[in-house]
Amino acid sequence: MTPKTAIRAEADALYAAIAATGAVPVEADLLLPAETLLDLYGEDIRARAYVTHDPVRGEMMLRPDFTVPVVQAHMAHGAEPARYCYMGEVFRQQYHAGPRQSEYVQVGYEVFDGSDPLAADAEVFALFSKILQPLGLRAATGDTGILRAAVMGLGTTERRKAALMRHLWRPRRFRALLDRFGGRTAISEARHSLLQMLDRGQDPWAGVAQTGLRSQQEVRERIAALQEDAATPPISADEVQLVEAVLAVADKCPAALETLAAMAGQMPALLPAVDRLKARLNALEAKGIDVQALDFEVSYGRTTMEYYDGFVFGFYADAAADLPAVASGGRYDALTAVLGQGRSIPAVGGVIRPALVARLKGGL
Amino acid sequence: MLKIGVPSKGRLMEKTFEWFGARGITMRQSGAEREYAGTVEGIDGIELVMLSAGEIPRELSAGRIHLGVTGSDLVREKLADWDRHVLELSPLGFGHADLIIAVPTGWVDVDTLEDLDAVAAQFRRTHGHRLRIATKYHRLVREFLTAQGVADYQLVDSQGATEGTVKNMTAEAIADITSSGETLRANHLKVLADSLIHPSQAVLFLSRQADWATAAQATCQQLCSRLGIVSPHLDDIEFPTSAGL
Repeated sequence: MTPKTAIRAEADALYAAIAATGAVPVEADLLLPAETLLDLYGEDIRARAYVTHDPVRGEMMLRPDFTVPVVQAHMAHGAEPARYCYMGEVFRQQYHAGPRQSEYVQVGYEVFDGSDPLAADAEVFALFSKILQPLGLRAATGDTGILRAAVMGLGTTERRKAALMRHLWRPRRFRALLDRFGGRTAISEARHSLLQMLDRGQDPWAGVAQTGLRSQQEVRERIAALQEDAATPPISADEVQLVEAVLAVADKCPAALETLAAMAGQMPALLPAVDRLKARLNALEAKGIDVQALDFEVSYGRTTMEYYDGFVFGFYADAAADLPAVASGGRYDALTAVLGQGRSIPAVGGVIRPALVARLKGGL
Repeated sequence: MLKIGVPSKGRLMEKTFEWFGARGITMRQSGAEREYAGTVEGIDGIELVMLSAGEIPRELSAGRIHLGVTGSDLVREKLADWDRHVLELSPLGFGHADLIIAVPTGWVDVDTLEDLDAVAAQFRRTHGHRLRIATKYHRLVREFLTAQGVADYQLVDSQGATEGTVKNMTAEAIADITSSGETLRANHLKVLADSLIHPSQAVLFLSRQADWATAAQATCQQLCSRLGIVSPHLDDIEFPTSAGL
């Protein structure tokens, strides 16, 4: 394992490189209120947070990440536009033995600037790319806005779209829902008989006790939704195939853009997202990034980067395939909307793991 | 000495004694009934260690016992990467119980995990908090629901009388072991069709971490042949010479 002193030295150097851009240093508490904040994270971070009890403050957690406390601090005191840098430990339980640490240092950079979001995306990526350049890492990029646009463009009910949107992050459930709504899989036997029973005017609650917090009214509401869905025609095979094709796009940026632009011809709802991708590539190019050689994958970050809702990126060491990304980040406008209770700030940022940088540099 | 840990009370102890007894190895509690010490007859070099079934996984992973009888659910729940620490020598054919997810029978719209997931979304919208699933099997249930892509739930800890949590409004659903399903029915709960998380039974486990000195290995081989446990398993084991991998 890399000695902590070496990691700290690497963190200092990375932090200095980010601070040199003029970013404002920001600190975050190690102990954070668990109840309100944990809910904002995706299941992965939530399940892995160390939660403890404080006699006065109630449920507290060890900081699992900087993004949420930094957004909170900014919303409470900050003025836009703002650029922040930070450095410190985060804590995440690991459920399996292996090389992943449960306590590690992050160095990060967050940009709150709504004047030109695509330029801000490019700015964060280009800064990380420059700082990590000596390590010869492989960069991965994606944009969760593309898949969102494809789902929103489907010619089906809002309810179905909402169900699919909710599971953008869980490929297995997303797949199952798409198959169900596309008429590829039948409804369960139990569902079928419930619907028949209701059609015949029979009472599905005959002889059944009502227990628990979920009321019969809630069950009735869902039954109404199930009846509505049963009467809704399936999503067309063409549209299902188009969503699958969008999901499968993985290429160098220019080729991926071309493929997606062609798909937008069949699904005009994709067009704004594809235009944004194009403008972002121009912004990246303007920052000196070689987009011809840059990878783009629609599905990138789909399982691990839950609170991001636009541009996403990561830097990987191919020599250390068992390790997490050396750096990762993305855009998270929606998270700021949840934290701001109606007020939202266009936000993009990322973190670097100094332990991995030190290990790659020193062969430690 | 080869140390073998067995459950210290109840049906699990009785059934374990019966299973070994039927194979010519007599185990019994020594001294008073409540004294947790035991003896083994019919084979030399074995020390019986009476333990709570819930402690046996930890004792195996720490290498303080060479062999142990406990539920396959407990080993999977209590040990991270359980198969790095222990090896299943033989299922024993008793102590059957299924770890499943159950919901109120009044939820006539819910029969599968897909329904549970949809209801979790509805519940969170309506009540402002996540649907609570009471369980003591946090690791197994979380891994299962993650793999199945179920969202918007939270696990709440329940170490006993889990079936009562729904009625008491401290949870909306439960994940627990059941054999006959009677307790579930009595508490107005039904099992989701595709929610079998783990079919558990009593298993004879071998610790990979114990001190497998030559004498212990020889005793283990002898015991296995007496128990009629297929030896290919044993050939595959790399016995570490000292505790710890």
